[in-house]
Amino acid sequence: MSLIIDKPAAPVRQSAARPPRARTRRSGTPYAFLAPALVLFTLFLAAPIVYAGYLSLRKVQVKGLGLGAASRTEVWAGLSNYARSLTDPDFLPSVWRVGAYGLIVVPAMLGLALLMALLLDASRTRESISKFARIAIFLPYAVPAVVASLLWGFLYLPRVSPITDLFEAAGITAPNLLSSDLTLWAVANIAIWGGTGFNMIVIYTALRAVPTSLYESARIDGASEVAIAWRIKIPIVMPSLVMTFVFSLIATLQVFAEPMTLRPLANTISTTWTPLMKVYRDAFTRNDIYAAAATSVIIALATFLLSFGFLKLVGRRAFNQED
Amino acid sequence: MTTVAMPKPARKRSVVATTLLLLGAAYCLLPVLWVLIASSKSAGELFSTFTLAPSTHLWDNLVDLNAYRDGLYWRWMANTALYAGVGAAVSTLISAMAGYALAKFDFRGKSLAFNVILAGVLVPGVILAIPQYLLLAKVGMTNTYWAVLLPSFISPYGIYLARIFAAAAVPTEILEASRIDGAGDWRTFGRVVLPMMRTGLVTVFLFQFVAIWNNFMLPYIMLGDDRLYPITVGLNGLLNQGANQPAMYTAVVTGALVSIVPLIALFLALQRYWQVDLAAGGVKA
Repeated sequence: MSLIIDKPAAPVRQSAARPPRARTRRSGTPYAFLAPALVLFTLFLAAPIVYAGYLSLRKVQVKGLGLGAASRTEVWAGLSNYARSLTDPDFLPSVWRVGAYGLIVVPAMLGLALLMALLLDASRTRESISKFARIAIFLPYAVPAVVASLLWGFLYLPRVSPITDLFEAAGITAPNLLSSDLTLWAVANIAIWGGTGFNMIVIYTALRAVPTSLYESARIDGASEVAIAWRIKIPIVMPSLVMTFVFSLIATLQVFAEPMTLRPLANTISTTWTPLMKVYRDAFTRNDIYAAAATSVIIALATFLLSFGFLKLVGRRAFNQED
Repeated sequence: MTTVAMPKPARKRSVVATTLLLLGAAYCLLPVLWVLIASSKSAGELFSTFTLAPSTHLWDNLVDLNAYRDGLYWRWMANTALYAGVGAAVSTLISAMAGYALAKFDFRGKSLAFNVILAGVLVPGVILAIPQYLLLAKVGMTNTYWAVLLPSFISPYGIYLARIFAAAAVPTEILEASRIDGAGDWRTFGRVVLPMMRTGLVTVFLFQFVAIWNNFMLPYIMLGDDRLYPITVGLNGLLNQGANQPAMYTAVVTGALVSIVPLIALFLALQRYWQVDLAAGGVKA
């Protein structure tokens, strides 16, 4: 999938004198180098996944009066936790909400990132302005989601918001950005603000790797910048767009920090506003780790299906495996 | 803005492009500008004076923030630096070793190991957080520094990047030469491989550093003692207190400003390492 390193390396002429595969001796060396990664991977990625799957199929059975630890035993639950999760009145609304949120955030964020990257690439001549814009737009990546939500949260408060001042100056009643109609947009804006810059840099880097000779001739032929961007540049950076799309999708479906931080400022955000918030509530407020595990598995499977489905749809492998 | 001599259509194009870029920059700077102004206001002014009108209480606010529960805020900052610094350093070393093994050796199970790690890149954190908590609780390690540090030591994406950097930056001939000179595998790794991979490893380090610095859910779940909090969890707690005591809002706003200063400084200092091609994995430095 890579345009930059998909050519096999040109054979080095001297290597004919030397056996091409010199490192075939049997030894434990590669395993020793790989060991810490594999041990940590097993403990902190593989084991938790397996454990989540196991918990999602278990439940607590209470015997007798349910007093004392001995009266509570864990038994197999079949798929009942999944049934409970899917029929929880809070679950489906949170799924639709995050779906709508994703439909706003991912296209808007990547669209803006692509537009800004193309503008930066087209205005290479105006060094100082484009350098300033590049740094300014990238800056939000340095701001944690919690802090970003806090800053925007205050900017949304009707008593503080300059947006309110702006509306009032025009003599129009200002909308309350933290009302139930607009909360989704308010949270989406925070994610777009935080994510555009990083994606812009990724796309911009891919653009800069394109030799200018590729579109010099189109420019001499009188093609407009827009046509050059559309016909030449965007197809070339498609692999980067696909990867940023997949990473954005995974991050979007797990939105947690932004609504959790906005909650004290906006009473329109419930404890189950997103699916991940519901997982948190089930596990730590209701002490129902089994329902929480089942919901986590559902979200993870949905994420996998969406990201792999998308990669299949655009006909690409997730990563460049042979380099 | 229009002083550069250019053919007419080019100049018009350039004005539109420049305007759009500056609008984008203004949008991104607005909250940062606001927090800079708001942290100069007293608690009363925060909700009464014009939003973008600065005041003179920045120093008082910093003194108050410093006094909050005997400097708890600075402890959060120090914790964050510890989590992000140690976590990213160890993670980078582990990724470098794994990436080097995957790129430069042939061994049984190599493609299996690589494919498993690749799948790990796409694992959503949601499925990990609660079982990680429960598993660590079984060994009594929740609510300790280790609960946040250990899970951040492994980064499948870091390993993936390190493998590409090792394949691109470390010529096999040099490894051969080092071996013929009698250097052992670890000595070759430390003296030859690591220095050659340095640029790429800085990128791996930065990715992981920012990811840990910005992380909220993992420490939020793992930690109960607020003296172990990183800054994100600490500020979230302060904001929750503000709902009952509005005077806390000044501390929240000033704390937010101070918390973003180190990372922004790091970004400006290390800009060139961010030129990452996600799809190809290469750094264009």
